[in-house]
Amino acid sequence: MLELINLTKVFRTGMFSSGSLKAVNNVSFKIEEGEVTSLIGESGSGKSTIGKMILRLLTISEGEILLDGRDISVLKGPELRDYYRKVQGVFQDPFSSYNPIFKVDRVFENLRSVFFGKLHYSDWMEKVHTVLKKVGLDPDQILGKYPHQLSGGQLQRILISRALLLDVSFLVADELISMLDASTRVDVLNLLADLKKKGLSILFITHDLSLGYYLSERTVILFKGHVVEMGRTDRVFFNPQHYYTCKLLSSVPRLDQKWEDLKSDYETKIDGRKCFDPIMDEEQEMVKVEEDHYVAVKRR
Amino acid sequence: MSLSVDGLRVYYQTLKGDIKALDGVSFDLRDGEIAGIAGESGCGKSTLSNSLIMLRLPMKLVEGSVSLDGSQLPIGDSRKMKDFRYKRISIIPQYAMNALNPTVKLKKLIADLLACHGVGYEKALPELNRRLDLVGLDRSVLDMYPVELSGGMKQRAVMVISTLLDPSLLIADEITSALDVSTQRAVAEMIVEFRDKGFVKSVIFVTHDISILYQIADSILIMYAGKLVERAATEVIIEKPAHPYTKMLILSLPEVGVHCTDRRLKGIPGKPPQLLSPPRGCRFKDRCPLAFEKCEEEPPMTEIEPSHWVACWGVS
Repeated sequence: MLELINLTKVFRTGMFSSGSLKAVNNVSFKIEEGEVTSLIGESGSGKSTIGKMILRLLTISEGEILLDGRDISVLKGPELRDYYRKVQGVFQDPFSSYNPIFKVDRVFENLRSVFFGKLHYSDWMEKVHTVLKKVGLDPDQILGKYPHQLSGGQLQRILISRALLLDVSFLVADELISMLDASTRVDVLNLLADLKKKGLSILFITHDLSLGYYLSERTVILFKGHVVEMGRTDRVFFNPQHYYTCKLLSSVPRLDQKWEDLKSDYETKIDGRKCFDPIMDEEQEMVKVEEDHYVAVKRR
Repeated sequence: MSLSVDGLRVYYQTLKGDIKALDGVSFDLRDGEIAGIAGESGCGKSTLSNSLIMLRLPMKLVEGSVSLDGSQLPIGDSRKMKDFRYKRISIIPQYAMNALNPTVKLKKLIADLLACHGVGYEKALPELNRRLDLVGLDRSVLDMYPVELSGGMKQRAVMVISTLLDPSLLIADEITSALDVSTQRAVAEMIVEFRDKGFVKSVIFVTHDISILYQIADSILIMYAGKLVERAATEVIIEKPAHPYTKMLILSLPEVGVHCTDRRLKGIPGKPPQLLSPPRGCRFKDRCPLAFEKCEEEPPMTEIEPSHWVACWGVS
């Protein structure tokens, strides 16, 4: 449903924009309907930049993003509004997503004035109540409260419910559970898993590999703006080919294996592989490892 | 015995009354031990680590005592604590990225810090250089401003600075939370190396991520709503947790290899109690599947097996 083709983003940096930084470099992948794709990478890998380009918060330098075959960068006016009915985002820090001097109801009110102006107020409130219940919240305990009176998990779920009000079919979830506690993050994760079952596609941006594994069918590993490996989640995680993927996987703190025991495994993986090295700025191409599993190697 | 904390109570003073953020915590640390403290936000883990180094308003010491290497720590008296701070007990703060003054070069910052504690910069320089090499930082970072370093480099620089005078106790407060997995591993392993090389005698490693503690800690303390609920060796906590809270916390962790369609993780329903007027008895009872009448009384820490302490009526 959503397709990224040779997507590139160049930021101007330095005094008088003298320098330039390629934050996203020639990224292509597809997200199908009802599928969760994890976008995994370290800070500065360009994962949030991709999310922002999909949400049209940043302009595209090169390449294109297609939603159901239509280029999104040319959308204007009513067409853009229709786009936002389908595509919405939820971000990392729930506390800064709200204006602290207004009650949380305001996020719904703003939505109504833009998208549902013609709807009768009581019908609207019924709609709000339904989605709040859908994300596991009690509307009476939520409406009329200020952001500081609610927990991070509750605020995050309100933002998801806000996206659901629009009947979204695509959600960009940018590190949305990284700031939540272990006990509450699971509820938000499970909520996303339930929504997926109902046909919602999610781009799940994270640096936490175990969260990515829990939720997603497909995984895209990003390093310095390049896709280094992608494919079905279990294939990428259990048969990693690129040295960066191996390094990431061996660094994940696990409860069943100690770091010392993993070390040797990762060394043997690198040997003999000609991985594409983004630091050397080599030309890359994606080669097929197995069905639905690709890795970036140096172009011959 | 390197550190011994006995019945420590630290409250936050507010207009509505005292927030009982740390309400009677006792534990000991052996020489060379890395003890991990884990718990949800608001459980008092940062209050504990901050009160050991700098107890300042609105924090208030209500009761309890702390001793380090046999001598009492005057934690309630900020001025007297100055003799201990940095030299005997040191902290790597939660946001090490922001702990460095952005307007001076690292060299100047370190010299100022050392001068405050009566040590000459030139005298410490050889050791400083050696430790920068050890953590893989180029010596030229001393001539740089903090903005010129990446997050991981800043974290490593702060680690070297904090441990330069070989403190007896090092407190590491959520130092890996803001880092990527690969940097996270490097930083966590460096803490172990610092201990092995004797730069620090013992370490308190505060985090909300139990899986990191499994990798590096010798023992784990689990905190809930201002109290210690369980303490044991790392393997025991992970493989045979006794307290229902510890069990649920470990079960709620997603792991590589667990997909939502194979095994659905369960969160812990409910939320921690208000600490302004915490409930009587066990503080976990409202969320606990085992709760019964007895839980109206406060459960004491009991040793159910050698060095495995649990505060729960349902277990002991």
